[in-house]
Amino acid sequence: MKDINEDIKWAQINKDVLRSMENPRRGYWIALIACVAMIACAVAAEIYQYQYGMGTANLNWPHMWDLYIATFIFWIGMSHSGTLLSAILHIIHADWRKPIYRFAEAMTTFSLMTAGLFPMIHLGRVWNLYWVLPYVTDRGIWPNFRSPLVWDAFAISTYLTSSAIFLFIGMIPDLAICRDNARGWRKKLYTALSLGWRGDDRQWRNFRRTYLVMACFLIPLAVSVHSIVSSDFAMSIMPGWHITTFPPYFVAGALYSGCAAIITLFVLLRYFFRFEEYMTISVLEKTCKLTFAIAMVWTYLNLIEFASVWYGHDVPSKEVLMDKFVGPYAPYFWVMIFCGSVMPFAFAFRKLRRHIPSMFVLSIILNLGMWLERWMIVTPTLSLGYHPIAFDTMWPSMIQWAIVFGSFGWFGMLFLVFVKVFPSVSMYEVKEMVYHRRGLAGKDPDAVLHSRTGSDDRPSSSSSGGGGSPGGGTPAPGLEGA
Amino acid sequence: MSLQNVLTNWSQYRKTHEDGGFYDYEHMWGMSVDLNKCTGCNACSVACYAENNLAVVGKEKFDKGQGMHWMRVERYWDEPDLAAGESTEFSEHGGSFLPMMCQQCNAATCEPVCPVAATYHTPDGLNAQVYNRCIGSRYCSNNCPYRLRYFNFYSYYESSWPEPLNMQLNPDLSVRDKGVMEKCTFCVQRIRVAKDTASRENQALVDGDITPACVQTCPTKALVFGDLINTESKLSKLWASHEVELGKTEQHKKNKEKRGYRVFEELNTDPCVMYLERVKEV
Repeated sequence: MKDINEDIKWAQINKDVLRSMENPRRGYWIALIACVAMIACAVAAEIYQYQYGMGTANLNWPHMWDLYIATFIFWIGMSHSGTLLSAILHIIHADWRKPIYRFAEAMTTFSLMTAGLFPMIHLGRVWNLYWVLPYVTDRGIWPNFRSPLVWDAFAISTYLTSSAIFLFIGMIPDLAICRDNARGWRKKLYTALSLGWRGDDRQWRNFRRTYLVMACFLIPLAVSVHSIVSSDFAMSIMPGWHITTFPPYFVAGALYSGCAAIITLFVLLRYFFRFEEYMTISVLEKTCKLTFAIAMVWTYLNLIEFASVWYGHDVPSKEVLMDKFVGPYAPYFWVMIFCGSVMPFAFAFRKLRRHIPSMFVLSIILNLGMWLERWMIVTPTLSLGYHPIAFDTMWPSMIQWAIVFGSFGWFGMLFLVFVKVFPSVSMYEVKEMVYHRRGLAGKDPDAVLHSRTGSDDRPSSSSSGGGGSPGGGTPAPGLEGA
Repeated sequence: MSLQNVLTNWSQYRKTHEDGGFYDYEHMWGMSVDLNKCTGCNACSVACYAENNLAVVGKEKFDKGQGMHWMRVERYWDEPDLAAGESTEFSEHGGSFLPMMCQQCNAATCEPVCPVAATYHTPDGLNAQVYNRCIGSRYCSNNCPYRLRYFNFYSYYESSWPEPLNMQLNPDLSVRDKGVMEKCTFCVQRIRVAKDTASRENQALVDGDITPACVQTCPTKALVFGDLINTESKLSKLWASHEVELGKTEQHKKNKEKRGYRVFEELNTDPCVMYLERVKEV
């Protein structure tokens, strides 16, 4: 089975992708409205909580953190897949990523924007949020550089900036194609964003270099971000949090939930925008295999964590572990183990891997498991600390659930607006992929370029810089992809 | 604001923080709690509510775990010694009481995790909480093994002190708004007053000048407050007589009969509160 139909014409690629920005299926609009409604729920809940205090969320002593922090970790985790697909797979030349990396990168940026909201929602006095930043004042007051929460602020803002820049840089050649084909406000937008891209040799060279440098920069950043988020827990003294394997465990969990989310969005985009030609079953299958591998790594790290606590003979840690197994939160814990470690074995069956509805459902189940995992990291430790008088079981209130629910709407809305306004399949990279797959790399590039029109007998004297032809009369799309 | 100013600030910050906020302590306020003497009457807790403007949250919220008892008397019940089939209803439960206030740890776990340094160590050896600086991330409470930090989950002005009860608020310290963490301060307002009075009168601070509200109220004198740096203080002598020392994760006692211990000292929090074990009649 081929990853992509090699005989697809380059003009056809442009046409298909540009069409996606105009007339999606009705499902798109339904999804968008649903997302906005979800945001409305969350905003109402947040206004109520802001007005009356954090107690409305059912937070109490000792449950000072709950779903907000758990969901924060979940969204940070989600953001890792984009970097995995676009940076790591770019560097190892896995070219099947090309039709799907653009939306994965967008997912990175938007899930970080969602994650960033949670520390604010959870703060008691959110209006003083900027105090965690090391701004310079005459009063000489600095944040506490020993606190993992300050590291968080640095790590997340760095990662958000870099991933947004990376997303933008990767889009420049495609934005030029859009510019050449758009009218009205879109024309103005794309003209500004494409930064005068003409697709000439020098631009391509600089572009390639910048993209590679950004990719190399992002990989360590992605790993460090989730390690730092894990140190919110690992740096503390509490049993169940103070665990050395947390950084790799968090990173594996992050890649896992991110990959599962890619499958979900893959199916949705394929349906909404009729991308059957590009987001092929074969690419889906490869993503599924990748997810399966990461799921197994995550399972392994989970077992390591249990084993090291079990043999560590630290009594409170052991109690917290046992409480996870049999305590009040045990049902959620076992659902998490089932969703996260047992369900991925469905990927082992070729038939299921190639069956889109099953993969859609499965990916959502996996992410449910990963969300539960984060909750099971935060809450059982708080319910069982060191001091027996403070042992307590707490269930989150509707305020918390509404805000968590609404965060999915917020992410969904950002994502859906993005895929409508910007090309969600990378045109130039798909062209590259098709080009390489044709096995024509050794042939005369001019001949290959002109074969797109179906007439191979055109004179080969024309230059290859026609994509953004200054006259604008003949917006020959697709030449940027050379 | 000049660059020079900023650099000076920064270098000052670096100088005072390179050892994790360690000072040459002027005082090291500490306490001792004799569990043999404690009757569990809760007078200390009530005194604390009155002295420190603690919000009275009401039954419902207290039950939810949103209470603000800086000084809490914990009750632990022994397993009743029952014959088979005997009802537990009227059986004798040996109750023991553990009054817990902020342990003012010298290696406090709450301090390094605060993102804005709202909680820090003062040269008095106190673990201070700056309400104005607190942004309410609540990490400190999560990281306190004793769970002795309380969060203002709501605004309590109207509900806690309806007119004219607001007239009885202690003017020496603030009422905290929602979104702020708070905890026992060893009645820092009284410490300040005593120190200021002493310096105004050009006299040194004498042992016994300062009495926190709980210590003042305790009817059985189970609580003792004092300066651990001053070796002549009553408290220091008490610590020495029970062979309990600061800065250790385990006390190696020559006389095993001595009852002194510190709660969770094996976690290396180095608390400044010593408890004297309860001796039960057999």
